[in-house]
Amino acid sequence: MSAQTSVNSPERSSGQAVDQRAKMLERAMSRHHYAGDALLEVLHTAQELYGYLSPGLLREIARKLRLPPSHVYGVATFYHFFTLQPRGEHTVMVCMGTACYVKGALGLLEVLERRCARAGSTSPDGKVSVGTARCVGACGLAPVIVWDGEILGRVTPQELNRRLDALAVAEVRDDG
Amino acid sequence: MTVEELYEMRDRERERLARLRERIYCCSAAGCLSCGSESVRRALAAEIEARGLKGQVEVCGSGCMGLCSRGPLVRTQSDGAIYAQLTPDEALWLLSEDPAERRRLEAKRLDLNDPFFTRQLKIVLANSGYIDPESVHDYVAMGGYQALAKVLTEMTPEEVIEEIKASGLRGRGGAGYPTGLKWELVRRQPGDIKYVICNADEGDPGAFMDRSVLEGDPHRVLEGMAIAAYAVGAQQGYIYVRGEYGLAIQRLQLAIRQAERERLLGNRIFETTFGFRVDLRIGAGAFVCGEETALIASIEGKRGTPRQRPPYPPERGLWGKPTLINNVETFANVPPIIMNGARWFASIGTETSKGTKVFALAGAVRNTGLVEVPMGTPLRTILFEIGGGVPEGRQFKAAQTGGPSGGCIPAELLDVPVDYESLAAIGSIMGSGGLIVLDDSSSMVDVARFFMEFCMDESCGKCIPCRAGTVQMHEILCRFSRREATRQDLELLEELCVLLKETSLCGLGQTAPNPVMSTLRYFRHEYEARLTDREGGAQ
Ligand SMILES: Cc1cc2nc3c(=O)[nH]c(=O)nc-3n(C[C@H](O)[C@H](O)[C@H](O)COP(=O)(O)O)c2cc1C
Ligand code: FES
Repeated sequence: MSAQTSVNSPERSSGQAVDQRAKMLERAMSRHHYAGDALLEVLHTAQELYGYLSPGLLREIARKLRLPPSHVYGVATFYHFFTLQPRGEHTVMVCMGTACYVKGALGLLEVLERRCARAGSTSPDGKVSVGTARCVGACGLAPVIVWDGEILGRVTPQELNRRLDALAVAEVRDDG
Repeated sequence: MTVEELYEMRDRERERLARLRERIYCCSAAGCLSCGSESVRRALAAEIEARGLKGQVEVCGSGCMGLCSRGPLVRTQSDGAIYAQLTPDEALWLLSEDPAERRRLEAKRLDLNDPFFTRQLKIVLANSGYIDPESVHDYVAMGGYQALAKVLTEMTPEEVIEEIKASGLRGRGGAGYPTGLKWELVRRQPGDIKYVICNADEGDPGAFMDRSVLEGDPHRVLEGMAIAAYAVGAQQGYIYVRGEYGLAIQRLQLAIRQAERERLLGNRIFETTFGFRVDLRIGAGAFVCGEETALIASIEGKRGTPRQRPPYPPERGLWGKPTLINNVETFANVPPIIMNGARWFASIGTETSKGTKVFALAGAVRNTGLVEVPMGTPLRTILFEIGGGVPEGRQFKAAQTGGPSGGCIPAELLDVPVDYESLAAIGSIMGSGGLIVLDDSSSMVDVARFFMEFCMDESCGKCIPCRAGTVQMHEILCRFSRREATRQDLELLEELCVLLKETSLCGLGQTAPNPVMSTLRYFRHEYEARLTDREGGAQ
């Protein structure tokens, strides 16, 4: 989990790192003999390396696995786990599982949506990506958020606000 | 390895453990990790190093100990005590040989005579909290892989299937199909290539039973799968695990590597002609992929959409080959059945539901966490004795089982025994084991809306009743939430329930109306109170 969130978009990294990542992706594909049915594994690896699946990356994978780009795009967009947008510096997920929901997860999501971005998108300053998850397995500690891969339990809106303050996330008027 | 070598490994590890003065288990399941169990473990490890206690005292991680709401939990082997909410500094007192030091922690020691512990019966979770899930030696020391050795050297595949049939084990993934029958179906199919799949997609959005089994006792699942593969005649297995379950994935990867190294997986297991490999497939966040045909499509690298059944996977499954799909908990029940016999297993539970069931207990109860009870235990016992009841003067309102495919059980039905048939009779389902308690602060209309929103988001879009119907039902439920609904909306809602149930392609759409139907059945007044045109006029 932490690996994914620490990887930034290709543009922000040095040329050498890009090279390294392309090599690692190539290795993953060759390990699966460039078989089309390994598409999910390849997409997982690509997202882990690059943080998100850019159109260029998807086209490249389609070409290498000899699949129609529409198929690759179709699969990448079917699964919630894959993101086609670059992520922010931090990723904050609110658990919207049943236990967290009945213990006030909506209130936490409201704070994030008011101050950062809608669920599934990134704040305009690129600092925080907001997402939702379905039960992270810590229901006993509901409501739960996952902050950069770390599970935090019994979170109150006040505490979440304090954490966002620490990132100097400005209080914005309305989500736009 | 040979069977003799397995016993040697077991005895060697048992002797090693017996030589320790103390072994301290720090729960390393998700709940306790987020309460700082890692820092407790690190502090202990550093101190053991510093005091030169290596060989006398050992610290290790463990699977879920159950009482997640009191984490981080720590168990000491020498006296079997469990301590709750320890800080790293306090934990160090456990290292001393002087019993007075340990007595300082008396207040943090859990009362193991509490109904939370005494009312449970652990079969699936028997090792959870008692072994280091990252050590194959620990599993073997607890008798692990002996069931596999037994079936490979003493039983025919038919005998294994008979044993599972006689045990009465039914699928723990929700539908409760008899496991032995399913195995027999796959066995009877012609062809040399067959597959075994472990469904670890755990979709119910308020449940973490399978995750805890995978994190706490991964070898058990591998062993259960290998026994199944021998019975049905498969050489290749897959575990399809949720992408969100990072720790479970790591533990499984490690367990597979260890089992391969010890030759408990791979070719010629225990020097027989039987070979079996297991690969992991990581899900990517789609609830519908828990459905077996969608799961197969996903392993094949496609969009995870279900298809019409029949043919069922035992006839035509992964890559068109006969395929056995069982749930994590189902596989975890297999080794103890082989070791202790079908009769033992069948003596637990009710006439039609045998064995135990694991529940993830959460919501408005004092003790939240993971519990395992014999089938047929009254719901009241689970919620009020084990769960400790609803906290702080709030009133119990309903219990929800089966997640988005399940229903709500009101207070007047609390004495229902928890088994497949009894739950179905009152409009809920056993489901995979999510059990959420709602108190009087929850609105049942809102709960129904929550699950419908989930089904709407997760509908794969392949069949129209589910794709369009969940949107319509959600919209109507939102009108109820805003108190803008009319009698006509209520009628339409009920009509849609029937439509989705009867015409959807897969279980997702067919069961999506369940939370609505059951709340309408027991809490209809909450819907009616929100009608704008109810008798007596608008608000
Ligand atoms: C929408 C949907 C979601 C499902 N999710 C799961 C799941 O998360 N885990 C699971 O074991 N079974 C799930 N099932 C049931 C599986 O299709 C299948 O019946 C089960 O894995 C069989 O294993 P069992 O016989 O051991 O229960 C789901 C079914 C449907 C229709
Ligand atoms: S519902 Fe949030 S952790 Fe389970």
